[in-house]
Amino acid sequence: MSTNISGLNTLQDIRNMMEKSSRFISLSGWSGISAGICGLAGTWFAWQRINAFHAQANSASSQCIDCLKTDLLVIASLVFAAAFATAFFFTFLRSRRDGGVLWGPAARRLLWNTLFPMLAGGLVILRLVSLEQYDIIISVSLIFYGLALINGSRYTIGEVRYLGYAELATGLISLWLPELGLSLWAIGFGLLHIVYGIAMWWKYERTGN
Amino acid sequence: MMKNPIEHLNKIFDSRIRLGIMSALMVNESVNFNELKELIDVTDGNLATHVKTLEESGYIKVQKGFIGRKTNTTYSVTKAGEKAFKVHLDALEKMIRSIG
Repeated sequence: MSTNISGLNTLQDIRNMMEKSSRFISLSGWSGISAGICGLAGTWFAWQRINAFHAQANSASSQCIDCLKTDLLVIASLVFAAAFATAFFFTFLRSRRDGGVLWGPAARRLLWNTLFPMLAGGLVILRLVSLEQYDIIISVSLIFYGLALINGSRYTIGEVRYLGYAELATGLISLWLPELGLSLWAIGFGLLHIVYGIAMWWKYERTGN
Repeated sequence: MMKNPIEHLNKIFDSRIRLGIMSALMVNESVNFNELKELIDVTDGNLATHVKTLEESGYIKVQKGFIGRKTNTTYSVTKAGEKAFKVHLDALEKMIRSIG
């Protein structure tokens, strides 16, 4: 009887260790929420900038499409950096609290498996900009981001996969609805992150567990 | 006559720490000393002793390298270690089934 219980405990220990060392489980729900807020703020800035551009188009002054391009790329980069930094911050706090391992093999694999597809997406977008194919940039960014999340979800909380599917679906829909581009962008990078973040916080962190 | 499953339990995996090291190495190509220390939550000396035992049994292999001037020792599981761990897990499973 007692060997049976110790056998069960041993199996549980093994399972815990395998989980802990292969999946990065400190990812905080707050990280999703903060990334979503950055996404919404970024969309708002981009929208302002595009409106300003169109207002100029109606006035006599000459349009500067390259200035718009540069500004939008700068906004996008800043949003990415801010979202990444705040997401990292909240995850850092959580791993401190849980006494988890922040930088280990699991974190490395998570970063590699999400950043690599995103890097490929970034190159595709730069090429699209140079080809002046602006219509599908938003779709492409959402699609690559979704694929990156699906790929990375094996190395962190499994539910990240569902966020990935949602991003991917949003991106595919926007392929046929380019006129809704910026709204779908706000949904994808803003709303979905916030909804996901709240759900994860509710499920894993609410009880302070 | 069914064989006693407990005889397949590996004495080397009796210790929680050694079991922890093996579990971590089974799902990672390699893990370095400090990462193992954090994962298992043990002192340097304690970890070093258990790592030595596993290494001497031929279950894990050690690669010594450098990151800058700091030594970076990484560990990975050997074929023999992988096999021994699986046998141990099977024995555990049988043991639980036989009683459960």
